Amino acid sequence: MTGTLPRQKEAPAQRDRRLLTLLRTGGTVLVRWREASVLIVAIAMAIYFRAANDVFLTYDNLRNIAQATAPAAIVAVGIVLLLVSGEIDLSVGVVAALAPFLVHYAVDLYGIPVIPAFLIAFAIAAFIGFCNGVIVTKFKVPSLVATLGSYYLLLGILLVTSHAYPAEIPSAAKGRIQTIFGAGDWSSLIWCLGVVLVYHVVLTRTRWGLHTISVGGNLIGATEAGIRVNRIKIGNFMMAAMLGALAGILEAFRINSIDPNIGGGTALVFTAISAAVIGGTALAGGSGTVIGALLGALILAELQNGFNLIGISANPFNIILGSAILLSMVANQYLSRLRRTGGG
Amino acid sequence: MSDVLVVEHVAKRFGALTALRDVNLRLEQGEVLGLIGDNGAGKSTLIKVICGYHRPDHGRLVVNGQEVVLHSVDHARSLGIDTVYQGLALINELSVYHNMFLNRELRVGPLLNNRAMRKLARAHLEDMGVNIPNVNAEVAKLSGGQRQAVAVARAVYSDARILLLDEPLAAMGAKEGTLILDLIRDLKARGEVSVIIIAHNYAQVLDVCDRVNLLQHGSITFDKPTSEVSLEELTELVVAEYRNRRLRGE
Ligand SMILES: Nc1ncnc2c1ncn2[C@@H]1O[C@H](COP(=O)(O)OP(=O)(O)OP(=O)(O)O)[C@@H](O)[C@H]1O
Ligand SMILES: [Mg+2]
Repeated sequence: MTGTLPRQKEAPAQRDRRLLTLLRTGGTVLVRWREASVLIVAIAMAIYFRAANDVFLTYDNLRNIAQATAPAAIVAVGIVLLLVSGEIDLSVGVVAALAPFLVHYAVDLYGIPVIPAFLIAFAIAAFIGFCNGVIVTKFKVPSLVATLGSYYLLLGILLVTSHAYPAEIPSAAKGRIQTIFGAGDWSSLIWCLGVVLVYHVVLTRTRWGLHTISVGGNLIGATEAGIRVNRIKIGNFMMAAMLGALAGILEAFRINSIDPNIGGGTALVFTAISAAVIGGTALAGGSGTVIGALLGALILAELQNGFNLIGISANPFNIILGSAILLSMVANQYLSRLRRTGGG
Repeated sequence: MSDVLVVEHVAKRFGALTALRDVNLRLEQGEVLGLIGDNGAGKSTLIKVICGYHRPDHGRLVVNGQEVVLHSVDHARSLGIDTVYQGLALINELSVYHNMFLNRELRVGPLLNNRAMRKLARAHLEDMGVNIPNVNAEVAKLSGGQRQAVAVARAVYSDARILLLDEPLAAMGAKEGTLILDLIRDLKARGEVSVIIIAHNYAQVLDVCDRVNLLQHGSITFDKPTSEVSLEELTELVVAEYRNRRLRGE
């Protein structure tokens, strides 16, 4: 393509230009639509694991990946809301473990029908979130410390009341209710997609979302503008806790056992924070994406599942996970600087 | 003329620090009042008491002839009081138009009406004559003066009857500063809006204000129509106090 005749030169130059425009547009999309880079990683990973092992993209395995993604993504949505408003909640993972027990207590100890028992579990989760929010906003305890406290407190309550033993799914909940709430092959994924869709709209298209960003971006400014900043933060703590409860109930019904180890202590909340961060939510507050968090959770599930299939043990998984978080944080900083300077 | 706002014996302390000791101030219908004073004199604190951000420790506020206890910034807004804060109260992460409608968002059902807000924001900025190329841009990307223009536009086009402007010209270029002063003059000409404006540039104060108040030692120590006071007198007033103190060896 290095013809010396001027006439021949024209065509490749034009093609080059078109290619350049395409690349530049691609770059713009990558910079502007920040979820794009995460999506590309998720797809690349799927291609890699499919090449390494035929099983990866089979129906059964996709269901496994979906079921690993869903609870982490649901919790991550709540984490994103909190991170955007400048807070964090370490206790949502225990709320996830506690919620199915609350359903079990209500149904089996107090004879309450299943659906009202669900409502009670969600109400108690909301109350836990409310307490976290009040401690953070009214008593000015940093949320990292406050929710560390509530993490241990709730864990203690969970272990004492359950005697650290798993319980059975209440018989009244078996059948249709259990299928809808987690036991169906794709049920947790459907719940997860619904949650992601709703909160994507909440965060980007509603007043609540705008005010959540404002509170995390400029707390004093938001207060001066008359935004009820405490109400926004407390509300987000409540929603994060209720999403934790949903994830826990779905997970218990899926594994067909109410296990105090659901959420694995800190594992669920750490996975959710990782998913949020990999998805492009900054810890500084003021920005974040729910869809990114879903993709982040998907990437983590793919990694875990793929490693399993290839036959790599769980131990090096942490090395990959740690590197992924560090890398995505650095990339995030770089991309947001590009975005700020109007790059792309 | 009737007073739209009366501040009586207002005091405000921050712990051991007394920011406002005993402030008495009134604002007439359609008037532009200049509030001057040293750095740290308590001007911004007074503004924040009037706009419902701070609760005063003492004293009362009378708005449109009725005594009010302001519960919140929203409460003050509902009485027609709007503010340009010294800190601007802009959210860097949000677009220009979202900032212009912050906490007053237009909605269709539960969803934001971005299209309408964008359109109005563009129209208001154009009307004001300030050059902000793109209302979709994040406020973080604007210059200092552009940011100030957004904050001023937000307050001015809010249908407020009492406007509190805390150093609205601080970051403005000569042209933009004139634009804002003209805007204030326009508002005055319509006679519906009353304005308190804080500024350190006394020439601008004399230029646009009807009356000037000096805040000193936590209370208003000087109150005269601008027609009866010269630039030299104002400067002398503020500097004299410093000179006296130095003479006394404080
Ligand atoms: N939220 C607060 N907490 C504690 N002290 C405060 C607070 N706000 C203001 N102050 C103090 O009150 C005093 C008056 O401050 P204020 O901001 O009202 O001054 P100002 O007249 O607006 O000054 P400037 O011209 O520099 O803007 C200052 O000594 C300041 O340190
Ligand atoms: Mg000030």
